[in-house]
Amino acid sequence: MRPLPPLTITGGRLLTGSGEPCSGTIRCEGDRIVAVGDVTAQDGDRTYDAKGKLVMPGLIDLGVFEIDKPAFHFGGVTRAALMPDQNPPLDYPARVRFAASYGKPDFWVHPIAAATKGMEGNELPELGMMQQAGARAVSSGRKWIGDSGVMLRVLQYAAMLGLPFIAHAEDAGLAGDAVATDGEIATRLGLSSAPAEAEALAVTRDIALAEIAGAHLHIRQVTTAGALDIVRAAKDRGARVTCGVTPAHFMLSDIAVNGFLTFARLSPPLRAESDRQAVLAALSDGTIDVIASGHDPRGPEDKRLPFADAAPGMAGAETLLPLTLGLVRDGVIDLPRACELLCANPAAILGVPAGKLEAGLEADIAIVDADKPWIVSSDRMAAQAGNTPFDKQPVQGRAIALFKGGMEIED
Amino acid sequence: MTGTAPSPSSRYPAGGAAFPHKDLTGISELAPWQILYLLDEAEQWVTLNRQPTKHVDALAGLTIINAFFENSTRTLLSFEIAGKRLGADVVNMHAAQSSVKKGETLIDTATTLNAMRADAIVIRHASSGAVRLIADKVDCPVLNAGDGRHEHPTQALLDALTMRQWLRGRGLEEFNGLKVAICGDILHSRVARSNMLLLSALGAEVRVCAPPALMPAAIERMRVTPFLNFDEAIDGVDVVMMLRLQNERMSGPFIPSAREYRHLYGLTLERLARAAPHALVMHPGPMNRGVEIDSNVADMIERSAITRQVEMGVAIRMACLDVLTRRARRVDGWALS
Repeated sequence: MRPLPPLTITGGRLLTGSGEPCSGTIRCEGDRIVAVGDVTAQDGDRTYDAKGKLVMPGLIDLGVFEIDKPAFHFGGVTRAALMPDQNPPLDYPARVRFAASYGKPDFWVHPIAAATKGMEGNELPELGMMQQAGARAVSSGRKWIGDSGVMLRVLQYAAMLGLPFIAHAEDAGLAGDAVATDGEIATRLGLSSAPAEAEALAVTRDIALAEIAGAHLHIRQVTTAGALDIVRAAKDRGARVTCGVTPAHFMLSDIAVNGFLTFARLSPPLRAESDRQAVLAALSDGTIDVIASGHDPRGPEDKRLPFADAAPGMAGAETLLPLTLGLVRDGVIDLPRACELLCANPAAILGVPAGKLEAGLEADIAIVDADKPWIVSSDRMAAQAGNTPFDKQPVQGRAIALFKGGMEIED
Repeated sequence: MTGTAPSPSSRYPAGGAAFPHKDLTGISELAPWQILYLLDEAEQWVTLNRQPTKHVDALAGLTIINAFFENSTRTLLSFEIAGKRLGADVVNMHAAQSSVKKGETLIDTATTLNAMRADAIVIRHASSGAVRLIADKVDCPVLNAGDGRHEHPTQALLDALTMRQWLRGRGLEEFNGLKVAICGDILHSRVARSNMLLLSALGAEVRVCAPPALMPAAIERMRVTPFLNFDEAIDGVDVVMMLRLQNERMSGPFIPSAREYRHLYGLTLERLARAAPHALVMHPGPMNRGVEIDSNVADMIERSAITRQVEMGVAIRMACLDVLTRRARRVDGWALS
């Protein structure tokens, strides 16, 4: 295949990942960015006129459960880290290698290796070989490793390999079969529920063990005020801890579950309004490092069931960008911080050369109309299933063009 | 008494406006006057049920399906008797006989029942919200006969009817200010939730009492007062409503033993003495005798309303079936234009 001519994107406001957006041009050769800022197109370049729109790095979605290329492309996502709880689980090098190649060339999947064989929480899998096969992190998936001894050994091994551990923060013993958070809504609806402290307990233990092991712990979703305080304190003392959240937990509280709406059945469950406010504060003060979609589309077979029987999860890739831009409009964060949360920080955690607009990095670029209004519709989503709790919600912001490795993605 | 002519009352709007709901899925959906309307409607059926001939043709030609996805004896029997006394064809569908065991989804079952042109469907299901899910998918009225831990509205209505008849027997009619203690496994009890909603809506002072592991979070937000100490909870109350320990819904240890539970939370004669001298004892059944309630309390003729609750259950279910099918039967003032 003949290489494409160099690409020059002009006329846009560059959100590079370092500082406020500014006018400028970006030039790419091959799959890399070669110059950013005061550059001009050269003869023979392909050019793209961004017409005053935002030019930002392609989004990196940390911790998805499904490779759903159309949905990710719609959402401006160029790379996704795939959680290990697949069928079969990503606990074997060949499976990791296959997953890593699955989306190429226009979408890159970064597999996350299962922390234990079969996701059973007992035995260590071949983490080193899975790393060589393309794994960028280690995770227990949607489960919590209850045996602290096993957890410590996994963390030690991950630390030796330089892989971050992506944790699910929910004390399994306390959570039990809960499908909701303790509170008025769960009690009125008669749903089995667990105290929000189940998250804080898990976070406390996992941070302690990660500090013993010297591992980098990334908690995929921190959704409660108590757990966020613990993360904040750990960061203050210099622990290698990062954490993320999904838009559902900064946009919605457990009130969304009222009426037994299974689209709002999530893991961890939606929390109290005070927790939602704590998440917003943590996004604002820097405690939270990543906003991810948690993309886990579920078809009607999984959702058209009584609430407790329905599978947790939502389609999130398409709404990740507009809902995060909503935080910018509301003054919770600014645009550079949004770029860090969606691009630079997940890239740093995974250790991939992307997430910023810098010379030398991969030319993963999203052209974004940050003000474009549209209405989320579960009937017309690009995702494999349209189970979103944001159905019929008006939002603003959309990727109008997307480049992966300098190649424009045509849907 | 025909059942086709609703008992007129100036207390309620005329015709179908008196009960504007298609279904009865929970007390939470009912305004206080709608609760009273159903209680008033049930009175005529209490009278009928005490006569030698207990049959009317109000629902003649209608098909009622009792779809019970969870085991039940008394509630199923109560609904079956209610439907038959109203003249309907009543079909009972047990979960063991249903396609649910073969993997059919609840919505498929609902649409199948709908296609069979049932005129009312009575549902019991182990999952909270299952009845609402079905009600949204079928054309005919759906009655909740208990869904998970969520609601059991006809049980709360029959309890209220039992209490009101008892109050009237003492020359009183109002629920306002009535002190009711609901004691036992509140966490797993749909009966407790429906009763809390109903009694607080009618102005009663509701106390709930359970060991900590069986007390739902934020229960005080349901306009009730929680107690951990049973002796304090029943102090001076007019009604003591005991609940069954639902061992089948418990995963893991919630209480140390039945013996200790009786010691701390069992209704004994000595404990009942703390309630008001006239206090009524209630239990939705089936009882764990010697655990949450002692036999010498359950069987007190002058104080225990447990068998009367069963009697009121048939009348309430007749009232609900009658009221909810009036639109389909085009009863005067009820048919949709």
